[in-house]
Amino acid sequence: MADLKLTDQNFKQEVLDSKTPVLVDFWAEWCHPCRIVSPIVEELAKEYEGKLKVGKLNVDENGVTAQSYGVMSIPSLLIFKNGQVVKTMIGAQSKDNFKREIDSVL
Amino acid sequence: MVYDVIIIGSGPAGLTAAIYTTRADLKTLVVSGVKWGGQLMLTTEVENFPGFPEGIQGPDLMQNMRKQAERFGTEFVNDDFTSADFSSRPFKVSVGGKTYESKSVIIATGADTKWLGVPGEAEKIGRGVSSCAPCDAAFFRNKNVIVVGGGDSAMEEALVLTKFATSVTLIHRKDSFKASEIMQKRVKENPKIKIQFNSEVVEVLGESKVEKVKIKNNKTGEVSEMPIDGVFVAIGHIPNTKLFKDIEVDGAGFIKARDHYLTNIDGVFVAGDVHDSHYKQAVTAAGYGCAAALEAQKWLREQES
Repeated sequence: MADLKLTDQNFKQEVLDSKTPVLVDFWAEWCHPCRIVSPIVEELAKEYEGKLKVGKLNVDENGVTAQSYGVMSIPSLLIFKNGQVVKTMIGAQSKDNFKREIDSVL
Repeated sequence: MVYDVIIIGSGPAGLTAAIYTTRADLKTLVVSGVKWGGQLMLTTEVENFPGFPEGIQGPDLMQNMRKQAERFGTEFVNDDFTSADFSSRPFKVSVGGKTYESKSVIIATGADTKWLGVPGEAEKIGRGVSSCAPCDAAFFRNKNVIVVGGGDSAMEEALVLTKFATSVTLIHRKDSFKASEIMQKRVKENPKIKIQFNSEVVEVLGESKVEKVKIKNNKTGEVSEMPIDGVFVAIGHIPNTKLFKDIEVDGAGFIKARDHYLTNIDGVFVAGDVHDSHYKQAVTAAGYGCAAALEAQKWLREQES
C-alpha cells in the first residue's frame, strides 16, 4: 500500500529494518512533477504488493531523512534492501521505466 | 479506430491545438508524455500570459488548458512518444508498445533543457545540478548556488533561489544579459544575487554531489575554482525532434516550417517551440497551436471533398 506515511521517526523501523524491499517516494506539496509521479507510485504499490513495500516521505516535514540520503531533487524514488539504498530514480518517468528499474533489483 | 488528429505534445501549443480541433468535432488524441504540460510546469508565476492580471502559476495554467481540452472530448495518452511512421496514410504514431492511427498529425513536442555539456555535469543531475529552481530550490536552504545563463529564465531561477539560498551568483558568458528589462532590474536590485559576466562553467566537481565548479573567464582565460552547493542551468532549450525520422529540421534541430505550420509532409503540421527559435513564449506557442489546428481542419475537409 502506498498510503504508508514515512517520517524521520518511523524510517528505521519501517524501511531500514524491513524484511521486504521498500520503495520510498520523496515528495513535497509544492512539487508539481511529484503530482505526476504520485498516481504511478500508487499503481506500482498495487502491482508489487507482497514483493515491495511502498511508502511516501514528505521532505518538508522529514528533512533529516531526506538530507541523510542526499535527496536534492524531487520526485526521487529510492529502493532500500536490507537497510541499504540499491536504486535511486530521480525525476518523473514512465511507469514502464520505473518497473524496469524495480525489477532489476528485486 | 483512426483519429482525425493526433497531437504530439501537451504544452501550450499542443493543448491549444486540441481545444480547437475538438471544438471542430475532430476526433483528437493528445500524446502528452509522462512529464506533460511542457516547460511551464517547471516555472512559478507567469506574468505575461494575457487574461491573468495578477499572474498565474505555470502549472495551474497548464492544468486549466488540459481541463479545457478535456471538456470538449480530447483523449490523452500519458506516456512518452516513441516513433512515428508518416510514409503512408493513415499515419502511425507509437507510444510505448501501442500504435495509434490518424489522418493528420500536429507535432508540438516543444523543447527541453539544454545542459552545459561539461565534465561532471550529467552524473550530478539531481545531486546538485538542476534545471528547475521552483522544483529544487528548497533543498538549497542556507546554501550557495550559481545560475548559468543570461535570459529571462535564468533571472527567474536566480530570483526563486534567493528565497532559500544564502547567495546566488549568476554566471553568464557574455558581458550583458539578454533578459527583459524588468527581470534584469529585479535581479540587480536583489542583495543576495551577484553577477559574473564573461564567465563559463567548464567543469562540475564533487564526489557524490556538487562541491565545486571550475569557472573560466573568457576574457582573460583564467580558470578558478568556486566552492558551491548547487548549479542551476538556464542556457536555453533544444527542440525535441530527434525521434522524427522523415521531418526536415534546420541545423539547430528546429523543424523547418513553411507558413508557420506546414512540415515537409502533407498532413503533418507543426506548432510551438519545436519550430520557433525566435519568440519562444507561451502565448506565441498557443497561437501557433491554434493556427496548426485550423489548418489541419481545413486540410482534412479538403481531403474528403
